[in-house]
Amino acid sequence: MKLVFERPKALTDRQTHYCPGCTHGIIHRLTAEAIDDLGVRDKAVGVASVGCSVLAYEYFNCDMQQAAHGRAPAVATGIKRVHPDNCVFTYQGDGDLASIGMAEIVHAAARGEKITTIFVNNAIYGMTGGQMAPTTLVGQKTTTSPYGRQAEHCGHPIRISELLATLPGAAYVARVSVHDVPNILKAKKAIKKAFEVQMSGKGFAIVEVLSTCPTNWGMAPLESLSWVKENMMEYYPLGEYRTPEEVK
Amino acid sequence: MAKKLMKGNEAIGEAAIQAGCRYFFGYPITPQNEVPEYMSRRLPEVGGVFLQAESEVSAINMVYGAAGAGARVMTSSSSPGISLKQEGISYIAGSELPCVIINIIRGGPGLGGIQPAQSDYFQATKGGGHGDYNLFVFAPASVQEMVELIMESFDIADYYRNPVMILGDGTLGQMMEPVEFNPVKKRDLKPKDWATTGCAGRERNIVNSLSLVAEELEDHNIKLQKKYQEMKDNEQRWDLYKCDDAELVFVAYGTTARIVKSAVNQLRDQGIKAGMLRPITIFPFPEKAFAQLPDSVKAFLAVEMSAGQMVEDVRLTVNGKQPVHFYGRTAGVIPTPAEIIKVAKEILGGER
Repeated sequence: MKLVFERPKALTDRQTHYCPGCTHGIIHRLTAEAIDDLGVRDKAVGVASVGCSVLAYEYFNCDMQQAAHGRAPAVATGIKRVHPDNCVFTYQGDGDLASIGMAEIVHAAARGEKITTIFVNNAIYGMTGGQMAPTTLVGQKTTTSPYGRQAEHCGHPIRISELLATLPGAAYVARVSVHDVPNILKAKKAIKKAFEVQMSGKGFAIVEVLSTCPTNWGMAPLESLSWVKENMMEYYPLGEYRTPEEVK
Repeated sequence: MAKKLMKGNEAIGEAAIQAGCRYFFGYPITPQNEVPEYMSRRLPEVGGVFLQAESEVSAINMVYGAAGAGARVMTSSSSPGISLKQEGISYIAGSELPCVIINIIRGGPGLGGIQPAQSDYFQATKGGGHGDYNLFVFAPASVQEMVELIMESFDIADYYRNPVMILGDGTLGQMMEPVEFNPVKKRDLKPKDWATTGCAGRERNIVNSLSLVAEELEDHNIKLQKKYQEMKDNEQRWDLYKCDDAELVFVAYGTTARIVKSAVNQLRDQGIKAGMLRPITIFPFPEKAFAQLPDSVKAFLAVEMSAGQMVEDVRLTVNGKQPVHFYGRTAGVIPTPAEIIKVAKEILGGER
Protein backbone atom coordinates (compact mmCIF):
# COMPACT_ATOMS: atom_id res chain seq x y z
CA MET A 1 0.00 0.00 0.00
CA LYS A 2 1.24 3.45 -0.88
CA LEU A 3 1.55 5.96 1.97
CA VAL A 4 -0.32 9.10 0.95
CA PHE A 5 -0.77 10.92 4.22
CA GLU A 6 1.12 10.94 7.48
CA ARG A 7 1.70 13.00 10.57
CA PRO A 8 4.47 15.58 10.19
CA LYS A 9 7.56 14.65 12.19
CA ALA A 10 7.31 17.98 13.94
CA LEU A 11 4.01 16.96 15.55
CA THR A 12 3.76 14.51 18.45
CA ASP A 13 1.38 11.56 18.43
CA ARG A 14 -0.95 13.22 20.91
CA GLN A 15 -4.61 14.00 20.73
CA THR A 16 -5.04 17.75 21.09
CA HIS A 17 -7.42 19.35 23.56
CA TYR A 18 -8.83 21.75 20.95
CA CYS A 19 -12.60 21.94 20.52
CA PRO A 20 -14.30 20.33 17.51
CA GLY A 21 -14.21 22.69 14.54
CA CYS A 22 -11.41 24.85 15.92
CA THR A 23 -8.73 25.55 13.32
CA HIS A 24 -5.79 25.43 15.76
CA GLY A 25 -5.24 21.83 14.61
CA ILE A 26 -4.83 22.93 10.98
CA ILE A 27 -2.45 25.74 11.95
CA HIS A 28 -0.39 23.38 14.12
CA ARG A 29 -0.13 21.03 11.18
CA LEU A 30 0.90 23.76 8.73
CA THR A 31 3.56 24.97 11.15
CA ALA A 32 4.87 21.43 11.64
CA GLU A 33 4.87 20.79 7.87
CA ALA A 34 6.91 23.96 7.31
CA ILE A 35 9.43 22.81 9.94
CA ASP A 36 9.61 19.37 8.28
CA ASP A 37 9.90 20.82 4.77
CA LEU A 38 12.82 23.01 5.79
CA GLY A 39 14.44 20.16 7.75
CA VAL A 40 14.87 22.26 10.88
CA ARG A 41 13.09 20.13 13.51
CA ASP A 42 16.42 19.17 15.07
CA LYS A 43 17.25 22.78 15.74
CA ALA A 44 13.77 24.12 16.32
CA VAL A 45 12.81 25.64 19.67
CA GLY A 46 9.17 26.61 19.97
CA VAL A 47 7.65 28.91 22.55
CA ALA A 48 4.11 28.18 23.69
CA SER A 49 2.04 31.06 24.99
CA VAL A 50 -0.94 31.40 27.33
CA GLY A 51 -4.43 30.83 26.01
CA CYS A 52 -5.84 27.91 24.06
CA SER A 53 -2.39 27.11 22.67
CA VAL A 54 -0.86 26.93 26.16
CA LEU A 55 -0.33 23.19 25.69
CA ALA A 56 1.35 23.59 22.29
CA TYR A 57 4.51 22.21 23.89
CA GLU A 58 2.73 18.88 24.08
CA TYR A 59 1.99 18.90 20.36
CA PHE A 60 5.08 20.26 18.61
CA ASN A 61 7.67 17.52 18.45
CA CYS A 62 10.73 19.68 19.06
CA ASP A 63 12.35 21.48 21.99
CA MET A 64 9.79 23.79 23.58
CA GLN A 65 9.55 26.46 26.24
CA GLN A 66 6.29 27.58 27.81
CA ALA A 67 6.11 31.35 28.31
CA ALA A 68 4.13 33.65 30.58
CA HIS A 69 1.10 35.43 29.10
CA GLY A 70 2.21 37.68 26.23
CA ARG A 71 5.93 37.17 26.85
CA ALA A 72 6.69 34.55 24.19
CA PRO A 73 8.57 37.00 21.91
CA ALA A 74 10.83 38.02 24.83
CA VAL A 75 11.46 34.37 25.73
CA ALA A 76 12.15 33.59 22.06
CA THR A 77 14.58 36.53 21.98
CA GLY A 78 16.50 35.04 24.90
CA ILE A 79 16.73 31.66 23.17
CA LYS A 80 17.68 33.05 19.77
CA ARG A 81 20.38 35.35 21.17
CA VAL A 82 21.99 32.37 22.90
CA HIS A 83 21.64 30.04 19.91
CA PRO A 84 21.51 32.17 16.74
CA ASP A 85 21.55 29.03 14.58
CA ASN A 86 18.44 27.55 16.17
CA CYS A 87 15.06 27.94 14.49
CA VAL A 88 13.00 29.75 17.11
CA PHE A 89 9.26 30.31 16.82
CA THR A 90 6.39 31.52 18.98
CA TYR A 91 2.81 30.34 18.68
CA GLN A 92 0.45 32.93 20.14
CA GLY A 93 -3.22 33.81 20.20
CA ASP A 94 -4.79 37.26 19.93
CA GLY A 95 -5.27 37.84 23.66
CA ASP A 96 -1.68 36.85 24.30
CA LEU A 97 -0.08 38.76 21.43
CA ALA A 98 -2.35 41.73 20.75
CA SER A 99 -3.37 42.58 24.32
CA ILE A 100 -1.05 41.68 27.19
CA GLY A 101 1.91 40.96 24.92
CA MET A 102 1.70 44.02 22.67
CA ALA A 103 4.96 45.51 23.92
CA GLU A 104 6.87 42.25 23.51
CA ILE A 105 5.71 41.61 19.94
CA VAL A 106 6.20 45.21 18.77
CA HIS A 107 9.72 45.38 20.20
CA ALA A 108 10.73 41.93 18.93
CA ALA A 109 9.64 43.11 15.47
CA ALA A 110 11.32 46.49 15.91
CA ARG A 111 14.62 44.81 16.84
CA GLY A 112 14.32 42.65 13.78
CA GLU A 113 14.58 39.67 16.09
CA LYS A 114 15.26 36.65 13.90
CA ILE A 115 12.32 34.59 15.06
CA THR A 116 9.06 33.43 13.50
CA THR A 117 5.70 34.16 15.08
CA ILE A 118 2.54 32.27 14.27
CA PHE A 119 -0.26 34.56 15.40
CA VAL A 120 -3.65 32.90 15.65
CA ASN A 121 -6.41 35.50 15.53
CA ASN A 122 -9.91 34.26 16.30
CA ALA A 123 -11.20 37.54 17.69
CA ILE A 124 -11.93 36.17 21.16
CA TYR A 125 -10.37 34.77 24.34
CA GLY A 126 -10.99 31.05 23.93
CA MET A 127 -9.34 29.38 26.92
CA THR A 128 -10.94 31.61 29.54
CA GLY A 129 -14.40 31.19 28.08
CA GLY A 130 -15.11 33.75 25.38
CA GLN A 131 -14.22 37.22 26.63
CA MET A 132 -13.63 40.24 24.40
CA ALA A 133 -10.20 40.35 22.72
CA PRO A 134 -8.39 43.36 21.25
CA THR A 135 -9.26 41.82 17.88
CA THR A 136 -12.97 41.31 18.64
CA LEU A 137 -14.99 42.95 15.87
CA VAL A 138 -17.25 45.92 16.52
CA GLY A 139 -20.69 44.57 17.34
CA GLN A 140 -19.38 41.10 18.16
CA LYS A 141 -20.91 39.63 21.30
CA THR A 142 -18.62 38.07 23.88
CA THR A 143 -19.02 37.32 27.59
CA THR A 144 -17.51 40.72 28.44
CA SER A 145 -19.19 42.59 25.61
CA PRO A 146 -22.65 41.08 26.01
CA TYR A 147 -24.28 43.93 24.06
CA GLY A 148 -21.76 43.62 21.28
CA ARG A 149 -18.41 45.45 21.17
CA GLN A 150 -19.06 49.17 21.18
CA ALA A 151 -16.28 51.23 19.62
CA GLU A 152 -17.16 54.34 21.63
CA HIS A 153 -16.75 52.33 24.85
CA CYS A 154 -13.69 50.18 24.17
CA GLY A 155 -12.27 51.24 20.84
CA HIS A 156 -11.81 49.49 17.55
CA PRO A 157 -10.12 46.14 17.03
CA ILE A 158 -6.37 46.21 16.39
CA ARG A 159 -4.99 45.19 13.01
CA ILE A 160 -1.69 43.63 14.05
CA SER A 161 -0.28 42.86 10.60
CA GLU A 162 -0.77 46.42 9.38
CA LEU A 163 0.71 47.77 12.62
CA LEU A 164 3.82 45.58 12.55
CA ALA A 165 4.37 46.16 8.84
CA THR A 166 5.29 49.78 9.66
CA LEU A 167 8.43 48.57 11.45
CA PRO A 168 11.63 48.24 9.42
CA GLY A 169 12.72 45.24 11.56
CA ALA A 170 9.73 43.19 10.42
CA ALA A 171 11.04 41.39 7.32
CA TYR A 172 7.94 39.36 6.60
CA VAL A 173 4.37 40.12 7.63
CA ALA A 174 1.42 38.27 6.17
CA ARG A 175 -2.21 37.64 7.03
CA VAL A 176 -3.77 34.39 5.89
CA SER A 177 -6.88 32.37 6.63
CA VAL A 178 -7.60 28.65 6.95
CA HIS A 179 -11.35 28.68 6.31
CA ASP A 180 -11.10 26.72 3.04
CA VAL A 181 -8.61 24.58 1.14
CA PRO A 182 -7.22 27.21 -1.26
CA ASN A 183 -6.57 29.49 1.69
CA ILE A 184 -5.01 26.66 3.70
CA LEU A 185 -2.56 26.14 0.84
CA LYS A 186 -1.75 29.85 0.80
CA ALA A 187 -1.36 29.83 4.59
CA LYS A 188 1.08 26.93 4.29
CA LYS A 189 3.17 28.90 1.82
CA ALA A 190 3.22 31.98 4.03
CA ILE A 191 4.19 30.03 7.14
CA LYS A 192 7.00 28.30 5.27
CA LYS A 193 8.21 31.66 4.00
CA ALA A 194 8.16 33.04 7.55
CA PHE A 195 10.51 30.26 8.63
CA GLU A 196 12.73 30.75 5.57
CA VAL A 197 13.03 34.46 6.34
CA GLN A 198 14.21 33.64 9.84
CA MET A 199 16.69 30.99 8.76
CA SER A 200 18.19 33.26 6.12
CA GLY A 201 18.68 35.90 8.83
CA LYS A 202 16.54 38.57 7.18
CA GLY A 203 14.71 39.60 10.33
CA PHE A 204 11.46 39.19 12.17
CA ALA A 205 8.68 37.20 10.47
CA ILE A 206 5.04 36.89 11.46
CA VAL A 207 2.05 35.17 9.92
CA GLU A 208 -1.35 36.20 11.25
CA VAL A 209 -3.79 33.37 10.73
CA LEU A 210 -7.51 34.10 10.93
CA SER A 211 -9.00 31.28 12.95
CA THR A 212 -12.31 30.11 14.39
CA CYS A 213 -13.77 29.59 17.83
CA PRO A 214 -17.02 27.67 17.29
CA THR A 215 -17.40 27.05 21.04
CA ASN A 216 -17.22 30.66 22.15
CA TRP A 217 -18.72 32.17 19.01
CA GLY A 218 -21.68 29.84 19.63
CA MET A 219 -21.63 28.53 16.08
CA ALA A 220 -21.38 25.19 14.35
CA PRO A 221 -17.97 24.53 12.73
CA LEU A 222 -19.14 25.20 9.18
CA GLU A 223 -20.96 28.35 10.21
CA SER A 224 -17.72 29.51 11.91
CA LEU A 225 -15.74 29.08 8.72
CA SER A 226 -18.30 31.19 6.85
CA TRP A 227 -18.13 33.83 9.63
CA VAL A 228 -14.37 34.15 9.11
CA LYS A 229 -14.91 34.71 5.42
CA GLU A 230 -17.89 37.03 5.71
CA ASN A 231 -17.00 39.08 8.76
CA MET A 232 -13.35 38.80 9.73
CA MET A 233 -11.80 39.06 6.29
CA GLU A 234 -13.50 42.37 5.62
CA TYR A 235 -11.85 44.02 8.63
CA TYR A 236 -8.70 41.92 8.41
CA PRO A 237 -7.79 41.78 4.69
CA LEU A 238 -5.55 38.90 3.66
CA GLY A 239 -2.22 39.39 1.99
CA GLU A 240 1.48 39.99 2.42
CA TYR A 241 2.00 43.29 4.22
CA ARG A 242 5.75 43.18 4.10
CA THR A 243 8.06 40.86 2.23
CA PRO A 244 11.83 40.46 2.37
CA GLU A 245 12.19 42.18 -1.01
CA GLU A 246 11.14 45.39 0.68
CA VAL A 247 13.75 44.99 3.37
CA LYS A 248 16.77 46.99 2.35
CA MET B 1 45.79 39.96 40.92
CA ALA B 2 46.22 43.63 41.80
CA LYS B 3 43.44 45.51 43.49
CA LYS B 4 41.48 47.87 41.32
CA LEU B 5 39.30 50.77 42.43
CA MET B 6 35.84 50.10 41.06
CA LYS B 7 32.33 51.37 41.49
CA GLY B 8 30.06 48.71 42.98
CA ASN B 9 27.75 48.53 39.97
CA GLU B 10 30.65 48.10 37.54
CA ALA B 11 32.24 45.48 39.77
CA ILE B 12 28.95 43.57 39.58
CA GLY B 13 29.25 43.44 35.81
CA GLU B 14 32.89 42.39 35.82
CA ALA B 15 32.28 39.70 38.46
CA ALA B 16 29.50 38.22 36.33
CA ILE B 17 31.70 38.16 33.24
CA GLN B 18 34.56 36.54 35.19
CA ALA B 19 32.07 33.89 36.33
CA GLY B 20 31.20 33.04 32.72
CA CYS B 21 28.06 35.12 32.31
CA ARG B 22 27.74 35.98 28.62
CA TYR B 23 24.17 37.24 28.40
CA PHE B 24 22.61 40.24 30.05
CA PHE B 25 19.11 41.61 29.56
CA GLY B 26 18.15 44.78 31.38
CA TYR B 27 16.30 48.04 31.48
CA PRO B 28 17.53 51.37 32.85
CA ILE B 29 16.61 52.36 36.40
CA THR B 30 18.49 54.39 39.00
CA PRO B 31 20.60 53.55 41.03
CA GLN B 32 21.90 50.56 39.05
CA ASN B 33 22.43 52.01 35.58
CA GLU B 34 26.17 51.40 35.60
CA VAL B 35 25.48 47.64 35.53
CA PRO B 36 23.79 47.55 32.10
CA GLU B 37 26.15 50.28 30.85
CA TYR B 38 29.18 48.24 31.86
CA MET B 39 27.71 45.08 30.34
CA SER B 40 26.91 46.85 27.07
CA ARG B 41 30.57 47.80 26.84
CA ARG B 42 32.19 44.60 28.06
CA LEU B 43 30.01 41.73 26.83
CA PRO B 44 30.75 42.24 23.12
CA GLU B 45 34.48 42.07 23.99
CA VAL B 46 34.06 38.55 25.33
CA GLY B 47 31.69 37.30 22.65
CA GLY B 48 28.57 37.79 24.74
CA VAL B 49 25.30 39.60 24.16
CA PHE B 50 23.94 42.65 25.94
CA LEU B 51 20.39 43.58 25.06
CA GLN B 52 18.39 46.50 26.40
CA ALA B 53 14.82 45.27 26.68
CA GLU B 54 11.69 47.38 26.28
CA SER B 55 10.77 46.80 29.93
CA GLU B 56 11.82 44.90 33.03
CA VAL B 57 9.00 42.49 32.25
CA SER B 58 10.51 41.71 28.89
CA ALA B 59 14.07 41.60 30.26
CA ILE B 60 13.28 38.91 32.83
CA ASN B 61 11.47 36.87 30.16
CA MET B 62 14.54 37.12 27.92
CA VAL B 63 16.46 35.79 30.93
CA TYR B 64 13.95 32.93 31.13
CA GLY B 65 14.48 32.08 27.46
CA ALA B 66 18.28 32.32 27.66
CA ALA B 67 18.47 30.34 30.92
CA GLY B 68 16.16 27.71 29.40
CA ALA B 69 18.52 27.56 26.43
CA GLY B 70 21.36 26.71 28.82
CA ALA B 71 23.19 30.04 29.11
CA ARG B 72 24.74 31.80 32.08
CA VAL B 73 22.57 34.88 32.21
CA MET B 74 21.99 37.86 34.48
CA THR B 75 19.69 40.83 34.85
CA SER B 76 19.82 43.75 37.23
CA SER B 77 17.35 46.34 38.38
CA SER B 78 16.22 48.38 41.36
CA SER B 79 13.11 48.02 43.51
CA PRO B 80 10.25 49.17 41.21
CA GLY B 81 11.87 47.27 38.34
CA ILE B 82 12.28 44.17 40.48
CA SER B 83 8.56 44.33 41.26
CA LEU B 84 7.89 44.22 37.52
CA LYS B 85 10.16 41.20 37.17
CA GLN B 86 8.29 39.16 39.79
CA GLU B 87 6.07 37.38 37.27
CA GLY B 88 9.06 36.17 35.30
CA ILE B 89 10.98 35.25 38.45
CA SER B 90 8.10 33.03 39.58
CA TYR B 91 8.13 31.27 36.17
CA ILE B 92 11.92 30.89 36.36
CA ALA B 93 11.70 29.37 39.84
CA GLY B 94 8.78 27.16 38.77
CA SER B 95 10.62 25.95 35.69
CA GLU B 96 13.80 25.49 37.76
CA LEU B 97 16.03 27.66 35.62
CA PRO B 98 19.34 29.07 36.86
CA CYS B 99 20.06 32.78 36.62
CA VAL B 100 21.39 35.68 38.67
CA ILE B 101 19.27 38.72 39.50
CA ILE B 102 20.68 41.89 41.04
CA ASN B 103 18.50 44.22 43.11
CA ILE B 104 20.15 47.52 44.03
CA ILE B 105 17.41 48.58 46.40
CA ARG B 106 16.05 52.12 46.58
CA GLY B 107 13.46 53.52 48.95
CA GLY B 108 9.79 52.69 48.40
CA PRO B 109 6.92 52.00 48.21
CA GLY B 110 5.72 52.99 44.76
CA LEU B 111 8.15 55.03 42.77
CA GLY B 112 9.68 55.89 46.15
CA GLY B 113 13.05 57.58 45.91
CA ILE B 114 16.51 56.82 44.61
CA GLN B 115 18.38 56.68 47.91
CA PRO B 116 19.59 53.39 49.40
CA ALA B 117 17.17 51.18 51.32
CA GLN B 118 16.64 47.60 52.47
CA SER B 119 12.89 47.60 52.14
CA ASP B 120 12.77 44.73 49.61
CA TYR B 121 13.85 42.08 52.12
CA PHE B 122 10.40 40.47 52.29
CA GLN B 123 10.10 40.45 48.49
CA ALA B 124 13.55 38.88 48.09
CA THR B 125 13.42 36.28 50.83
CA LYS B 126 9.76 35.21 50.92
CA GLY B 127 9.32 34.46 47.23
CA GLY B 128 8.26 37.79 45.79
CA GLY B 129 5.95 36.58 43.05
CA HIS B 130 3.08 34.10 43.18
CA GLY B 131 3.40 30.51 44.37
CA ASP B 132 5.51 28.67 46.93
CA TYR B 133 9.11 29.29 45.96
CA ASN B 134 12.29 30.84 47.24
CA LEU B 135 15.26 32.51 45.70
CA PHE B 136 18.75 31.93 47.01
CA VAL B 137 19.63 35.40 48.34
CA PHE B 138 23.00 36.90 49.19
CA ALA B 139 23.37 40.23 51.01
CA PRO B 140 26.94 41.47 50.56
CA ALA B 141 28.33 44.27 52.73
CA SER B 142 31.25 45.45 50.59
CA VAL B 143 32.12 45.69 46.94
CA GLN B 144 34.73 42.95 47.37
CA GLU B 145 32.28 40.62 49.07
CA MET B 146 29.68 41.39 46.40
CA VAL B 147 32.17 40.42 43.68
CA GLU B 148 32.99 37.13 45.37
CA LEU B 149 29.35 36.24 46.01
CA ILE B 150 28.31 37.07 42.44
CA MET B 151 31.13 34.93 41.06
CA GLU B 152 29.88 32.07 43.21
CA SER B 153 26.22 32.75 42.45
CA PHE B 154 26.34 31.40 38.91
CA ASP B 155 27.58 28.05 40.20
CA ILE B 156 24.98 28.04 42.96
CA ALA B 157 22.23 28.85 40.46
CA ASP B 158 23.36 26.00 38.20
CA TYR B 159 23.82 23.61 41.13
CA TYR B 160 20.29 24.10 42.48
CA ARG B 161 18.68 25.06 39.16
CA ASN B 162 17.32 28.07 41.01
CA PRO B 163 17.49 31.85 40.59
CA VAL B 164 20.01 33.58 42.86
CA MET B 165 19.43 37.17 43.93
CA ILE B 166 22.06 39.60 45.10
CA LEU B 167 20.43 42.10 47.41
CA GLY B 168 22.45 45.27 47.44
CA ASP B 169 21.43 48.85 48.02
CA GLY B 170 22.20 52.16 46.40
CA THR B 171 25.24 52.68 48.62
CA LEU B 172 26.84 49.42 47.59
CA GLY B 173 26.08 50.07 43.94
CA GLN B 174 27.36 53.62 43.86
CA MET B 175 30.42 53.58 46.11
CA MET B 176 33.95 52.86 44.92
CA GLU B 177 36.14 50.36 46.76
CA PRO B 178 39.28 48.45 45.90
CA VAL B 179 38.46 45.02 44.51
CA GLU B 180 40.28 42.01 43.17
CA PHE B 181 38.83 39.21 41.13
CA ASN B 182 40.16 35.96 42.49
CA PRO B 183 38.91 32.52 41.53
CA VAL B 184 36.12 31.31 43.81
CA LYS B 185 35.14 27.83 44.94
CA LYS B 186 33.75 25.79 42.03
CA ARG B 187 31.00 23.27 42.44
CA ASP B 188 30.52 19.95 40.71
CA LEU B 189 27.93 20.79 38.12
CA LYS B 190 25.89 18.42 36.03
CA PRO B 191 25.62 19.08 32.30
CA LYS B 192 22.54 21.09 31.35
CA ASP B 193 20.95 18.18 29.49
CA TRP B 194 17.51 19.73 30.08
CA ALA B 195 18.20 22.88 28.06
CA THR B 196 16.34 23.68 24.83
CA THR B 197 19.15 23.69 22.30
CA GLY B 198 17.41 21.76 19.52
CA CYS B 199 16.62 18.06 19.85
CA ALA B 200 19.25 16.68 17.43
CA GLY B 201 20.28 13.22 18.63
CA ARG B 202 18.12 13.20 21.75
CA GLU B 203 14.54 13.33 23.03
CA ARG B 204 13.02 16.78 22.98
CA ASN B 205 13.34 19.03 26.05
CA ILE B 206 10.53 21.11 27.48
CA VAL B 207 10.97 24.09 29.80
CA ASN B 208 7.69 24.57 31.58
CA SER B 209 5.98 25.49 34.83
CA LEU B 210 2.45 24.41 33.89
CA SER B 211 0.95 21.29 35.42
CA LEU B 212 -2.83 20.95 35.26
CA VAL B 213 -3.05 17.84 37.45
CA ALA B 214 -3.06 19.03 41.07
CA GLU B 215 -1.28 15.95 42.41
CA GLU B 216 1.50 16.30 39.84
CA LEU B 217 1.90 19.98 40.64
CA GLU B 218 2.03 19.11 44.33
CA ASP B 219 4.81 16.60 43.62
CA HIS B 220 6.69 19.39 41.86
CA ASN B 221 6.16 21.65 44.86
CA ILE B 222 7.43 18.96 47.22
CA LYS B 223 10.54 18.66 45.06
CA LEU B 224 11.05 22.43 45.19
CA GLN B 225 10.61 22.50 48.97
CA LYS B 226 13.20 19.73 49.30
CA LYS B 227 15.62 21.91 47.37
CA TYR B 228 14.99 24.90 49.65
CA GLN B 229 15.49 22.66 52.69
CA GLU B 230 18.81 21.51 51.23
CA MET B 231 19.82 25.18 50.97
CA LYS B 232 18.82 25.70 54.61
CA ASP B 233 20.84 22.67 55.66
CA ASN B 234 23.99 23.42 53.67
CA GLU B 235 24.23 27.02 52.60
CA GLN B 236 23.66 29.32 55.57
CA ARG B 237 26.38 31.95 55.85
CA TRP B 238 27.03 34.66 58.38
CA ASP B 239 29.73 36.65 60.07
CA LEU B 240 30.03 37.11 63.84
CA TYR B 241 31.76 40.24 65.12
CA LYS B 242 32.81 40.56 68.77
CA CYS B 243 30.09 38.18 69.88
CA ASP B 244 32.21 36.00 72.23
CA ASP B 245 31.09 37.74 75.43
CA ALA B 246 28.38 39.95 73.98
CA GLU B 247 25.36 40.96 76.01
CA LEU B 248 23.70 42.88 73.21
CA VAL B 249 23.91 41.35 69.74
CA PHE B 250 23.05 43.50 66.78
CA VAL B 251 21.69 41.77 63.70
CA ALA B 252 22.31 43.68 60.50
CA TYR B 253 23.16 42.93 56.87
CA GLY B 254 24.59 44.76 53.89
CA THR B 255 25.48 48.43 54.18
CA THR B 256 23.72 48.70 57.55
CA ALA B 257 26.10 46.11 59.00
CA ARG B 258 29.01 48.44 58.30
CA ILE B 259 27.37 51.24 60.25
CA VAL B 260 26.46 48.86 63.07
CA LYS B 261 30.08 47.69 63.20
CA SER B 262 31.13 51.26 63.99
CA ALA B 263 28.45 51.39 66.68
CA VAL B 264 29.71 48.10 68.19
CA ASN B 265 33.28 49.45 68.32
CA GLN B 266 32.17 52.67 69.98
CA LEU B 267 30.04 50.78 72.51
CA ARG B 268 32.99 48.48 73.28
CA ASP B 269 35.16 51.58 73.84
CA GLN B 270 32.62 52.64 76.43
CA GLY B 271 32.81 49.23 78.11
CA ILE B 272 29.49 47.95 76.76
CA LYS B 273 29.59 44.35 75.58
CA ALA B 274 28.08 44.61 72.13
CA GLY B 275 28.54 42.30 69.14
CA MET B 276 27.08 41.82 65.71
CA LEU B 277 25.65 38.91 63.78
CA ARG B 278 25.72 39.71 60.08
CA PRO B 279 23.68 37.44 57.80
CA ILE B 280 25.46 36.92 54.46
CA THR B 281 22.76 34.64 53.10
CA ILE B 282 19.31 35.98 53.89
CA PHE B 283 17.67 33.03 52.20
CA PRO B 284 18.55 30.66 53.67
CA PHE B 285 18.45 32.81 56.81
CA PRO B 286 21.44 31.94 59.04
CA GLU B 287 19.47 30.34 61.88
CA LYS B 288 22.48 28.22 62.80
CA ALA B 289 24.43 31.35 63.74
CA PHE B 290 22.11 32.05 66.66
CA ALA B 291 22.85 28.63 68.17
CA GLN B 292 26.54 29.55 68.27
CA LEU B 293 26.05 32.66 70.35
CA PRO B 294 27.21 32.61 73.99
CA ASP B 295 24.88 32.47 77.01
CA SER B 296 25.90 36.04 77.82
CA VAL B 297 23.47 37.39 75.20
CA LYS B 298 20.66 39.28 76.90
CA ALA B 299 18.98 40.91 73.92
CA PHE B 300 19.06 41.35 70.16
CA LEU B 301 18.77 44.56 68.23
CA ALA B 302 18.00 44.28 64.53
CA VAL B 303 18.97 47.37 62.57
CA GLU B 304 17.71 47.83 59.03
CA MET B 305 17.10 50.47 56.43
CA SER B 306 13.44 49.45 56.44
CA ALA B 307 10.42 49.62 58.72
CA GLY B 308 11.35 46.19 60.09
CA GLN B 309 11.53 43.20 57.76
CA MET B 310 14.54 41.02 58.61
CA VAL B 311 13.65 41.48 62.29
CA GLU B 312 10.77 39.05 61.69
CA ASP B 313 13.23 36.30 60.77
CA VAL B 314 15.29 37.19 63.84
CA ARG B 315 12.20 36.84 66.05
CA LEU B 316 11.25 33.53 64.43
CA THR B 317 14.76 32.23 65.04
CA VAL B 318 15.18 33.53 68.60
CA ASN B 319 11.67 32.30 69.28
CA GLY B 320 11.17 34.26 72.49
CA LYS B 321 14.37 33.15 74.20
CA GLN B 322 15.60 36.74 74.40
CA PRO B 323 13.92 40.03 73.62
CA VAL B 324 14.37 41.18 70.02
CA HIS B 325 14.39 44.93 69.47
CA PHE B 326 14.31 46.87 66.25
CA TYR B 327 15.67 50.12 64.96
CA GLY B 328 15.25 51.23 61.39
CA ARG B 329 15.27 54.21 59.09
CA THR B 330 13.27 54.17 55.89
CA ALA B 331 12.93 55.82 52.50
CA GLY B 332 16.63 56.26 51.87
CA VAL B 333 17.62 57.74 55.22
CA ILE B 334 20.76 56.02 56.50
CA PRO B 335 20.96 55.37 60.25
CA THR B 336 23.98 56.87 62.04
CA PRO B 337 26.14 55.09 64.62
CA ALA B 338 25.06 57.71 67.17
CA GLU B 339 21.37 56.89 66.73
CA ILE B 340 22.09 53.19 66.97
CA ILE B 341 24.20 53.61 70.12
CA LYS B 342 21.43 55.61 71.75
CA VAL B 343 18.88 52.86 71.07
CA ALA B 344 21.32 50.21 72.30
CA LYS B 345 21.86 52.05 75.57
CA GLU B 346 18.13 52.45 76.10
CA ILE B 347 17.67 48.73 75.63
CA LEU B 348 20.50 47.80 77.98
CA GLY B 349 19.22 50.28 80.53
CA GLY B 350 15.87 48.62 80.35
CA GLU B 351 17.27 45.12 80.61
CA ARG B 352 19.49 45.82 83.60
